[in-house]
Amino acid sequence: MDKKYQPIIGMETHVELKTKSGMFCGCKNDPDAKKPNIHTCPVCLGLPGALPVANKKAIEWTIKLGLALGCKINKLSKFDRKHYFYPDLPKGYQISQYDMPFCYQGKVETSFGPVRITRVHLEEDTGKLIHQNINGHNVSLIDFNRSGVPLVEVVTEPDIFSSVQAKEYAKKLRQIIRYLDISDCDMEKGGMRLEANISLLNVKSQMTNNKSNSKFKLPNYKVELKNINSFRFLERGIEYEIERQREILESGKTPIQETRGYNAEKNITFTQRTKEEAADYRYFPDPDLPPINISEKWLNEIKSTLPEPFDGLFKRWQEKYNLKPELVELLFETAEESKKLEELFKKCIKEKLSVEKFVNAMVHKKIKTIEEFKKMTNIDEVSDDDLKVIIEKILKVNPKAVADYKAGKINTINFLVGMVMREAKKKIEFQRLQDLIKSFL
Amino acid sequence: MSKKTLSTEEILHIAKLGNLTLTEKEVELFKKQLSSVIEYIDKLQEVDTKNVEPLSQTTGLTDIFRKDEPDEKRTLIPEEALKNTKSKENNLFKVKAVLTE
Repeated sequence: MDKKYQPIIGMETHVELKTKSGMFCGCKNDPDAKKPNIHTCPVCLGLPGALPVANKKAIEWTIKLGLALGCKINKLSKFDRKHYFYPDLPKGYQISQYDMPFCYQGKVETSFGPVRITRVHLEEDTGKLIHQNINGHNVSLIDFNRSGVPLVEVVTEPDIFSSVQAKEYAKKLRQIIRYLDISDCDMEKGGMRLEANISLLNVKSQMTNNKSNSKFKLPNYKVELKNINSFRFLERGIEYEIERQREILESGKTPIQETRGYNAEKNITFTQRTKEEAADYRYFPDPDLPPINISEKWLNEIKSTLPEPFDGLFKRWQEKYNLKPELVELLFETAEESKKLEELFKKCIKEKLSVEKFVNAMVHKKIKTIEEFKKMTNIDEVSDDDLKVIIEKILKVNPKAVADYKAGKINTINFLVGMVMREAKKKIEFQRLQDLIKSFL
Repeated sequence: MSKKTLSTEEILHIAKLGNLTLTEKEVELFKKQLSSVIEYIDKLQEVDTKNVEPLSQTTGLTDIFRKDEPDEKRTLIPEEALKNTKSKENNLFKVKAVLTE
């Protein structure tokens, strides 16, 4: 990529919440059930006269995610109807949130800089379409098990400037959501779906037109890349799109504002919907769903369920146990799991074992318990008291080494450690033994 | 918006949003009808709403929620769910193919 064009990317991410029941009905939340249409009711099938009632937990989890992303929370919120025709949407509208989302103005940190979160809102998922050819006819089959599953959408500002950063952002967002234990974010099953809005900024023309102002003006078009179900495809799709748009711009034209899909097999993007057909959603407040007040009391209750902040946890572990975030992040997903992990760290410290080595062994040797770790490193069980007896004996028969150590030849301690191990006929952690011997000297 | 007749394009756009296919005759008919409906609704513009808060519902209710508990009493069995559809296949609703890749 030459320096002439700067990719400008914003992201929209949909995540299915793992509540027990639906967003507006009591159907079991099981979008991937093996049998089709076994979790439906008049509400999620959009039958006339059915009354949706909002799932309180889904709202609380949305706000929880907003708080974890540093968002402000609207004191008053509501649901709106978003109208469009598609066979997976039986009511002819999706219940979503338009101008009063639960959360707004948050932030996700990436190594390339912060990505501002515009909003986090709650809506209902649609049915699932299965495309088949039956008796020579192309048809679409609809399974409504997924219809009405709580779906959270997280929208960013155009603060992402490369495909790599887009991937990092998406991964970080998934980590945070999994940490809160509100969604499995299974990308293959559609539990987390990525969309990227991509355009290229002509850096040179911006510099000449806009010298005094450091803030850039957004390009006059954007291409929406939809329904990407893996981080790798996100990265590749954006790369492809950057190159495609660069060629169009180089030829003196402007890319068409449109929605494009990504074809993973061919590694290309293709037109799905052009501007002429651009959506006209006719949003209006859903009269079936009364407005929602998020009182100080309720907000505090939700706040009290928040775990230690994700970034803060890594920082603390790095300082306290010398653990690299990129290593330790492989060992847990939910906050609950992180707590159990830290219990193990504490146990390590108590037994004078290196947490760093323990974590290394967990990641690379797939061990799970401290007992396994000890076995692996061949560290035998010896009590401090037993060791003290042996140390006293060794120090007594090696007065020269003791004197040398005290005279400043600190390496002599290694000799003493070796002597103690030989006498004990056991493998004992070096650091532990060294510390014990030092306490005698 | 007063005394304006909707254009053919506008009628076709509205029809498309409603997933309707109109004949030329219907387009002409709805041009007149919809225009007069809009004109009628436009009467509301005469009301002074300077000091009125926007209202999205009239029940006066707020904060109506469900507990997150499955209520399988209301769940339909697939046969019930598909009972009123003409077009089905193995407990799935069937429609003409829609655009996909």
